[in-house]
Amino acid sequence: MKVSEKWLREWIDTPLALDVIADKLTMSGCEVEARDAVATAFTNIVVGHVLEREKHPDADKLSVCKVDNGRGEILQIVCGASNVRAGIKVPLALIGAVLPLPDGTDLKIKKGKLRGVESFGMLCSSTELGMSDKSDGLLELPDDAPVGMDIREYLKLNDEVIELAITANRGDCMSMIGVARETALVMDVPLNVPEIPAQTIQHTDTFPVDLQAADACPRYVGRIIRNINPQAATPIWMQEKLRRAGVRSISATVDVTNYVLLELGQPMHAFDLDKLQSGIVVRYANAGETLKLLDGQTATLRNDTLVIADATQPVAMAGIMGGEPTSVTDATRNVFLESAHFRPAKIMGKARSYGLQTDSSARFERGVDPDMPVKAMERATQLIVSVCGGEVGTLVDTVADTSILQRKAILLRPERIRRVLGITMAAATVEGVLVRLNCTFTSSDAGWQVQAPLARFDLNIEEDLIEELARVRGYDSIPAELRPRAPRITQPSETAVRREHLRQLLVARGYQEAVTFSFVDPKMEHLLAPGADNIALANPISADLGVMRSTLWSGLLRAVTYNVNRQQSRVRLFEIGPAFSQGEAGKPQQKTMLSGVLTGNLYPEQWGQVNRNVDFYDLKGDVETLLEQVTGTSFYFAPVAHAALHPGQSAEIMTETAVVGWMGMLHPRIEEQLGLEQPVYVFELDMSLLMQRALPKYQAISKFPAIRRDLALLVREDTLAVALENAVKKTAIPQLMSYYLFDVYTGKGIPEGQKSVALSLIIQDATRTLEDAEVNRIVDTVITSLQDEVGAVLR
Amino acid sequence: MQSLLELMGVAHEQISQAVSLTALDQVRVQYLGKTGLLTEQLKQLGKLPHEERKAAGAEINTAKQALTLALDERKQSLQVEALNARLQAEKVDVTLPGRRMDTGSLHPVTQTIQRISEIFAQLGFSLAEGPEIEDDFHNFTALNIPESHPARAMHDTFYMDSGLLLRTHTSSVQVRHMENNPPPLRIISPGRVYRCDSDMTHSPMFHQVEGLMVDEDVTFADLKGILEAFFKAFFEVDELPTRFRATFFPFTEPSAETDIQCVHCGGDGCRVCKGTGWLEVMGCGMVHPNVLKNVGIDSEKYTGFAFGFGVERLAMLRYQINDLRVMFDNDVRFLKQFG
Repeated sequence: MKVSEKWLREWIDTPLALDVIADKLTMSGCEVEARDAVATAFTNIVVGHVLEREKHPDADKLSVCKVDNGRGEILQIVCGASNVRAGIKVPLALIGAVLPLPDGTDLKIKKGKLRGVESFGMLCSSTELGMSDKSDGLLELPDDAPVGMDIREYLKLNDEVIELAITANRGDCMSMIGVARETALVMDVPLNVPEIPAQTIQHTDTFPVDLQAADACPRYVGRIIRNINPQAATPIWMQEKLRRAGVRSISATVDVTNYVLLELGQPMHAFDLDKLQSGIVVRYANAGETLKLLDGQTATLRNDTLVIADATQPVAMAGIMGGEPTSVTDATRNVFLESAHFRPAKIMGKARSYGLQTDSSARFERGVDPDMPVKAMERATQLIVSVCGGEVGTLVDTVADTSILQRKAILLRPERIRRVLGITMAAATVEGVLVRLNCTFTSSDAGWQVQAPLARFDLNIEEDLIEELARVRGYDSIPAELRPRAPRITQPSETAVRREHLRQLLVARGYQEAVTFSFVDPKMEHLLAPGADNIALANPISADLGVMRSTLWSGLLRAVTYNVNRQQSRVRLFEIGPAFSQGEAGKPQQKTMLSGVLTGNLYPEQWGQVNRNVDFYDLKGDVETLLEQVTGTSFYFAPVAHAALHPGQSAEIMTETAVVGWMGMLHPRIEEQLGLEQPVYVFELDMSLLMQRALPKYQAISKFPAIRRDLALLVREDTLAVALENAVKKTAIPQLMSYYLFDVYTGKGIPEGQKSVALSLIIQDATRTLEDAEVNRIVDTVITSLQDEVGAVLR
Repeated sequence: MQSLLELMGVAHEQISQAVSLTALDQVRVQYLGKTGLLTEQLKQLGKLPHEERKAAGAEINTAKQALTLALDERKQSLQVEALNARLQAEKVDVTLPGRRMDTGSLHPVTQTIQRISEIFAQLGFSLAEGPEIEDDFHNFTALNIPESHPARAMHDTFYMDSGLLLRTHTSSVQVRHMENNPPPLRIISPGRVYRCDSDMTHSPMFHQVEGLMVDEDVTFADLKGILEAFFKAFFEVDELPTRFRATFFPFTEPSAETDIQCVHCGGDGCRVCKGTGWLEVMGCGMVHPNVLKNVGIDSEKYTGFAFGFGVERLAMLRYQINDLRVMFDNDVRFLKQFG
């Protein structure tokens, strides 16, 4: 809401500077978002009268004018504007005038010569006066503008516009009267709004009004004004006030209704009476009815939409926008004025549902003072008659539901004030604010029974009133209290696997944490997770952010590409975040995943160690480190076919009961499609399966020596390490404390199709030192099992 | 046979010329070994006349002791030399970088969320989470934002064909938490939120932290106290002026915008605070009785406050990041700055 300081001060009586007012408004809920002077600080510009205009002898686009400066001089001025012509009145910058320019410099008007013709001043456009960002030609002033008068004085340009952010609950502040009321309230200064007198009736013609949808339109005020002058010009003071409020001047009648909307907050509509049939019907639209609107579009109406209709068809979308066929034009002589009240709930969201947003709907959906239609009608009548003349008809006020003029009482209790705000407020203070708020109230033992003013649709419950008390007195008046409270221990369980811990582990292993968007390119998803039941957005920000990700790889790989394209070829990134799928029964599933990507050299380039590209086992080491934190759960890796991964380097990660994730080398085909020229390794783990770890439980350490026996075995080349492990495990020998592979070899000395593996067994008993013979028996058992299970042969 | 004196002269000469422990040991063996020259002389003693034997024996022993001493001294000195040589040989350039895996870093958003969570944990607030694909009820209706309310238009919501939506704020977690937990409550809920808006200063995805406290005696004064304490702790400033401005949120009443004094210019006015000296950082207020009602909490018995703020906003202020978009580019040169 743009508010002219001068306009505001017409009704607010305070000597306080605009700074003080602006600050108070900001603090109390109407934030001042911007402040702008209505014109630049130019000097020495007066109303000039162009008496003659001739073409410049040597320049096609220039004119040579004789201009009366109103101070006894006729000045020769060369002008380049296309609309300059004899007879018009325009701003005239005299010699010595200073015009501040947008770049911060000043334009000083001096006697000059343009193409050999002397010029003694400059004729100005509105842009040159800093009144608008663009203009086409000179600012033409009304014919009655007094020649020679300082333009600042004539247009009342020593004014500022403050732009208020009106919150969604304060429809009452979307008008000058509302802002003035609010200012008076929070500044505690008097409000002087002139009474609007009832206009003298010159004829008793009326137009019938039938409120069929009384639930939506409980009140409708109409009036006929006959024989207006359709050519009448909007007075400059009104044009200027409209301009400062950001409203374009259209025609006198429309300008008046817009002016009343700005002044009193009551949206009005002017119909061309001669185009209306029989009478007004306020009803819901029949589905499919069409209405050509003032903005030129034709709306196909739904039956939840309230319309103003005449006997034959809708003529306006109620509270939103008028229809084009019945609108006033420059030929309209008889108008029918509408000033109605619509219930906010019936207008709310309707404009938006038709892709519209109008000054009228913005007010009606927030709530317009139900007591305003008559006042607004009288005010509009007064203005139309003063501008366009015409004969005023009888005002017809149809009220279908008088309850709109009553407010429910709200009980306001002192104890509740204390409990919400944390301060006690003296009864006199509370009542003082209620009076300033224009509430009516009675006091009792329980507190006060308060009736809010009709315009305040936001005051419905006790807390609303408490907020008024707090903000009118200022939130500053409430102390900040940091009170001791019962302590609460927020420490997570020791058996929870903490995300912070996993993050730190990855950071220690050289990973940067990434944060990527939850919505991704459907093409990328299709590449990485074909067949995933992606959730699509109905209104994505762009097509390449169109579906919810089912895997974090899409975002991470995009980040890899981003970095590689910027000469950062060694990238290791991880992310913890949600992945989404359709789920079952329309209940989307969200899982928290921990994913990572790894590419480039193992180490940053350095002098001291042999570097190489990362490989599958570097990735696996990182994954194992993470899984190791989930003590008490065994994890298994198995080869798997995965669309996104290299078929020979991809593993599924499992517990006894569930698949926890996948890891492997990105499929070379995808690598190529992403424009990457280096192998990329990825992993993804479902965090929900990694949340619980076992509490450590002490086990006594054997005092007796451990014996290590190494086995060198030949096995088939395709024997998986896990098969060897399982063969050893199968022996279930309690003294076999641990076993591990420490060498894998193929090549020279090993038969084709076979590989050599070296296995170390650590054998120890908890209660005694083992005899050699016992150890040998254990080793033999293991060898036998290895032979039986995987056909291993001792080398 | 050489005289003992001559023999010793030669021996001492050999000792002083021995350049290694091995050479020195050879000298020792040559004189003191089982068949060493001095050992031989001792063996010869028996052949001497009885009266000469004692004096000669004493003389040989003195020589032997002197030789042993000289050997030990030479040995020590050779050991020192050897150590010195080794130390010299093993000298490294301590200014060369160490051999290691480099460390990564946490995203500034995560670091900020962690700091926020830690500060609020000390005030007794625990963490709560909720789904990011929400239904209309939890994101809007339960928060007192009925359908077609103008406040919904401000939210630029992402929808799915099913009618579900991406949560526009973490306030939805407030609702879910209250549905499932009886008061007293003290939670914060950090997480991703989504708005259909993208430009220099808006990202379609960003992070918020929602806070909620409900108890029998929670007041606006408490809200101010806790938030002031939080901002001082977060920005590590002993005196950080804050101000609470009246505003409107459907889910709180009274509602406030919280401004802190600009942490860049100390309130003098700069580009960051657009010359106002203040930074708008948080929305907050007393939980609207309708919200409590919607989740079945008796609003006569309990009062509460809620607050919500943008994580990126605080991270940008804290780390002087002047472009929101770099947060989601995941450029490693950006991320490494937060290690």
